[in-house]
Amino acid sequence: MNALLFYCTLGIYCAATVTYLAYLLKPQQILGRAAHWMIASGFLIHCVFTVARYLEAGHTPITNLHESLSFFSLAVVGVFIAFERRYNVFILGSFVTPLALILLLASSLYSADIPKLPPALKSNWLLVHTSLAFLSYATFAVAFGAAIMYLIQEHFLKKKRLGPLYQKLPSLVILDEINYRCLTFGFPLLTIAIITGAIWAETAWGTYWSWDPKETWSLITWFIYAALLHGRLTTGWRGRRAALLSIIGFFVLLFTFLGVNLLPGESLHSYDRLLGGKY
Amino acid sequence: MNIVVVGLSHKTASVEIREKVAFASNQMEKPLKELVELPDVNEGLIVSTCNRVELYAATHDMAGGMARLKRFLADYHGISLDILEPHLYNHHGEAAIRHLFRVASSLDSMVVGEPQILGQIKTAYGYAAEYKTSGIILNRFLHKAFSVAKRVRTETKIASSAVSVSFAAVELAKKIFGDLTDKTVMLIGAGEMCELAAKHFLNSGVRGVMVTNRTFERAERLAEEFDGRAVRFEDLFDHLHKADIILSSTGAIHFIIGAKDVEDVIRRRRQKPMFIIDIAVPRDIDPKVNNVDNVYLYDMDDLQQVVASNLQLRSEEAKKAEGIIEQEIGRFFNWLSMLEVTPTIVALRSHFEEIRQAELAKTLANWKELPPDGRKRLEALTSAITNKLLHTPTSLIKQTGQGGRTDLYLDALRQLFELQTEEPGEEEIGELEE
Repeated sequence: MNALLFYCTLGIYCAATVTYLAYLLKPQQILGRAAHWMIASGFLIHCVFTVARYLEAGHTPITNLHESLSFFSLAVVGVFIAFERRYNVFILGSFVTPLALILLLASSLYSADIPKLPPALKSNWLLVHTSLAFLSYATFAVAFGAAIMYLIQEHFLKKKRLGPLYQKLPSLVILDEINYRCLTFGFPLLTIAIITGAIWAETAWGTYWSWDPKETWSLITWFIYAALLHGRLTTGWRGRRAALLSIIGFFVLLFTFLGVNLLPGESLHSYDRLLGGKY
Repeated sequence: MNIVVVGLSHKTASVEIREKVAFASNQMEKPLKELVELPDVNEGLIVSTCNRVELYAATHDMAGGMARLKRFLADYHGISLDILEPHLYNHHGEAAIRHLFRVASSLDSMVVGEPQILGQIKTAYGYAAEYKTSGIILNRFLHKAFSVAKRVRTETKIASSAVSVSFAAVELAKKIFGDLTDKTVMLIGAGEMCELAAKHFLNSGVRGVMVTNRTFERAERLAEEFDGRAVRFEDLFDHLHKADIILSSTGAIHFIIGAKDVEDVIRRRRQKPMFIIDIAVPRDIDPKVNNVDNVYLYDMDDLQQVVASNLQLRSEEAKKAEGIIEQEIGRFFNWLSMLEVTPTIVALRSHFEEIRQAELAKTLANWKELPPDGRKRLEALTSAITNKLLHTPTSLIKQTGQGGRTDLYLDALRQLFELQTEEPGEEEIGELEE
């Protein structure tokens, strides 16, 4: 049953992504609307899947790579839908849904077996810490999409190449605003995720902060976004500079999420499957 | 029944002629009523805009109908037909359908893709509907034209891009700022082009205008015209940071604004974007300004290139639109042809059915030892015979309906079987559609 829901979601995301990409190339407004409804229905099924998984496992299903990639994808789609509705820009989907699809595809590569949770992790903090972390990741993912769109549109305007894609992309100010809004939502979420993580670490392992690679890189990510937010609010870092920084920020974030597992040495946060070993 | 059109447009007649035959939009009742009182004109519609005057009619007598429309147009305005004739065009059947579809889709307009024409045709149709001079055929024809125009608008980019330099500037500004309502424009220098662009920006809702000029009085006068404020030329750099959009067209020989100046200005603006339009030749603004972050500089050549490529795009899109129109003509023309064919076919079928029923009733009444399923089998047998007999003639008639001498066949059928057909009502036509 869960597998069916999962592959159903995957199929719909795939169709939605294809439609969004077609919308990028073709002028028909109907494609944008169709893609929007596809991704929205996919999102609902994805939600049902996640809840079903929660009930089956008896704990928050964000414990291994299969689950967390899927949840990451779910959060990206959810945040994206909110922004698409708010700003009425279907084309944002052409840049964000491929990412959600890749995340879910990656998730499908890992075993869907329900992992045995070590006693240390059995806590309500699991729900709070991980879901907040992935929500913040998701808003930064949308910021990343908007930043790429900004750079493309800025390139067109500077080089005076005003082709069909230029016509289709929204104005620079809107793209910059989406970027900024994402930052104002994502940054507090990331902050709270790190704090709740520290509290949980204290209850589980007896120390707030142990300079585990994941913790270190989370802090680096946090500093990058803090710098961006600070720059925006004080000296007016906007436009191109903000876009570039949120792209860099997102790559660092991805490294925090996945790359840390590849570093030599043990991490308390490493997900089982990536290294094919123990938790 | 046939659709005919007679008219003239900016392509065939100068404004002196066009204004002589224009119909005043507040007095459409009289000409419309007179139009449908012409012999053999069943339905009529008058389109009268500053670029075209056209009479549409549904008539049984194609050639005579067109001649009467021409005569009517001349007589109504008291002009000799000899003067008018060389400027008139006339179309019938498929060509008339194509003509209205092209006009409504703005393919026949002076500026291809301009949006007003569709509204003007809707108004013209509104009068015809109000005074009941349009009927089944023109109603359907006009609604089809509106839906074709809508299809062209949504499926092609024919009207999506600016084709004048000042509109191109406004569109660029919208791509940078999104909403223009809280933006300020600064005019440096004066000139027709500059003022025209400023007017377009004002129409798009910009909040404020600042004007500067080497002669302050001139700046003041212009500022008054735009309800803006005048700035002394020496103080230009104290005010530049307040402007989101700069329109420059001074007679200066050297650059008056350099990259360094703009870097300072943009810092004072805390990196808020700026759109600078340099309409002057020789240029007022150092092209290096375009390299400053968050500043977008366009000169006259850039804007003209935008317009040229937009025009190019429009003519490409117009080709696509012609394709859409051809498809739709086929569909509508089929419907129109079927309009005549169907009542005859219906009458023929009911004629056969009556005979069948009558004969069947006679036979059944006298048959004593009818087997249990006998009635059913006789029904099936007789229907099969009538259907088979009718199949070939009806399908042949339908085919000739799509462009051929239908009326000959129809006449023959009506006389051979003594059929009486009535004009179909609105509901029946709906059923015939596919």
